[in-house]
Amino acid sequence: MNTTIVLFLLQDGITNGAIYALLGLALVLVFAVTRVILIPQGEFVTYGALTYATLASGQVPGTAHLVVAMGIVAFGLDLIMRRRTLRLALVGWSFLINIVLPAAILVLTLALTGKDTPIAIDIALSLLIVGAIGLFLYRIAFAPIAHTSVLVLLIAAVGCHLALQGIGLVFFGAEGQRGPPLSNAAFTIAPLRFSGQSIAVYAVTLALIAGLWLLFSFTLYGKALRATAVNRLGARLVGIRTALSGQIAFLLAAVIGAISGILIVPITTLYYDTGFLIGLKGFVAAIIGGLVSYPLTAIAALFVGIVEAFSSFYASNFKEVIVFALIIPVLLLRSLTTPAVDEEED
Amino acid sequence: MSTLLGVSDAHIAYGKVEAVRGVSLDVAANEIVTIVGANGAGKTTLLNAIMGILPLKGGVSFSGNDLARLEIEDRVAAGLSLVPEHRELFAAMGVEDNLRLGAFRIGKVLAAQSLERVYTLFPRLKERRQQLAGTLSGGEQQMLAMGRALMGAPKLLMLDEPSLGLAPIIVADIFRTIGELRASGVSVLLVEQNAQAALQIADRAYVMELGEFVLQGPAKDVAGDARVAESYLGVG
Repeated sequence: MNTTIVLFLLQDGITNGAIYALLGLALVLVFAVTRVILIPQGEFVTYGALTYATLASGQVPGTAHLVVAMGIVAFGLDLIMRRRTLRLALVGWSFLINIVLPAAILVLTLALTGKDTPIAIDIALSLLIVGAIGLFLYRIAFAPIAHTSVLVLLIAAVGCHLALQGIGLVFFGAEGQRGPPLSNAAFTIAPLRFSGQSIAVYAVTLALIAGLWLLFSFTLYGKALRATAVNRLGARLVGIRTALSGQIAFLLAAVIGAISGILIVPITTLYYDTGFLIGLKGFVAAIIGGLVSYPLTAIAALFVGIVEAFSSFYASNFKEVIVFALIIPVLLLRSLTTPAVDEEED
Repeated sequence: MSTLLGVSDAHIAYGKVEAVRGVSLDVAANEIVTIVGANGAGKTTLLNAIMGILPLKGGVSFSGNDLARLEIEDRVAAGLSLVPEHRELFAAMGVEDNLRLGAFRIGKVLAAQSLERVYTLFPRLKERRQQLAGTLSGGEQQMLAMGRALMGAPKLLMLDEPSLGLAPIIVADIFRTIGELRASGVSVLLVEQNAQAALQIADRAYVMELGEFVLQGPAKDVAGDARVAESYLGVG
């Protein structure tokens, strides 16, 4: 084995692993707060990437319209489901979040779309759009069944994944797209060449991990999210709106997914269904972390990335098989070492 | 004295089974009221329904406002606070984090004042401020649950079986603290199986049997009632 090749593969693996780490962390976050195994995480990646690429090419992405449609459904649900406790202030608040906010996002997108729009604005718009989709996805698909079992929530998540993927095909077409890189800079250290884009991947991953850590360790709102995960009734009894906590968790996951998509779309061509496979690799990392441990998930994600890089070099036909087979010994080990827990204990 | 909490003709059902049938009660400002009764009489059900955890048919008002349309979180904001039977602490988080979250709805300055007050009331919690809530002893967990509920500066504190499973010396400690709460302007609605201790500190009492109030009045009179003495105080 040649050292240069090893270094090159490691670099490639760490770049991919950083993306998987972000997605794995988002999965752990969402599961902790809402007990939802977020299968549609990959769609957030696709939507972020392709919304960004579409905006960069000067067109209005279909996702901007989807936000408005989802907002209207969410508003209708608010009115119907909370009719028992409806007050004017609540209706006004719901109208603001579900109707005014999406409309503002659409108007902003229509106004700012054009060939010469700076990349930063395209990125900001993409994050706004996909973030809002995440927010409404929780409100529409998961909030009404928040009290049900993990299995029911999982099935709903699979349904959301299929629906969002189908809608993605309608919006973005079957052809793949690439987006403009954040930076064209590049430099070389010994045998390795670092592009500005891969540096951006490392920097953004580290910044987001640090940001999440600060949020959950030091802010009252971060602690409130953790409290929702630890004890739902206890959280409600101190006045934390757990439905809102779920929406915030989905919002964070959607934004993290979209950022991942925007980071990789200049490197690889993304299709409407590419996100799913990328999300699954984040899922492998999250499973290795037991769906609870953030540090373990991040380390596992790097490992997944490196294994993938090496297997695509030495056995490229079996690349995916090898990566997903990683999960089997972990599951075996976990099922042997952890005592069986009754899922519906609360 | 003005009425703080008013419940009128409350019916609470689990499916088709009515656990509470047409009870009415009120708690005035600065008052300690207790509901005593045997296990399964419907006391916990009633508290949970007042808090909004269970649906209640009938009237519930607080400080003159109708609570019927309010969710749990809104009732907390209105000044109601419940220390539930199972305490529902954030076990994997530290004592001080639990307390800080108790003041989630009020500002930073008020929260700091609340924290001082709670630490004065329960010095044990101050000693263990960094410890995880799940590793505390039963008595300390009960203190933490009460402390967390007091952090949001409620007008009415509802306590569900605070003495359950605790050593007598700790029970005495907790009941003394409940007595002290009145001095700081907090009303208390106390549900207890330990009728003796509850009747000693309460101003008024309700006796609950099979989902109905069978007796009510000043705590002294209730304690003096022959049937109560026999059934709940182990006298006679």
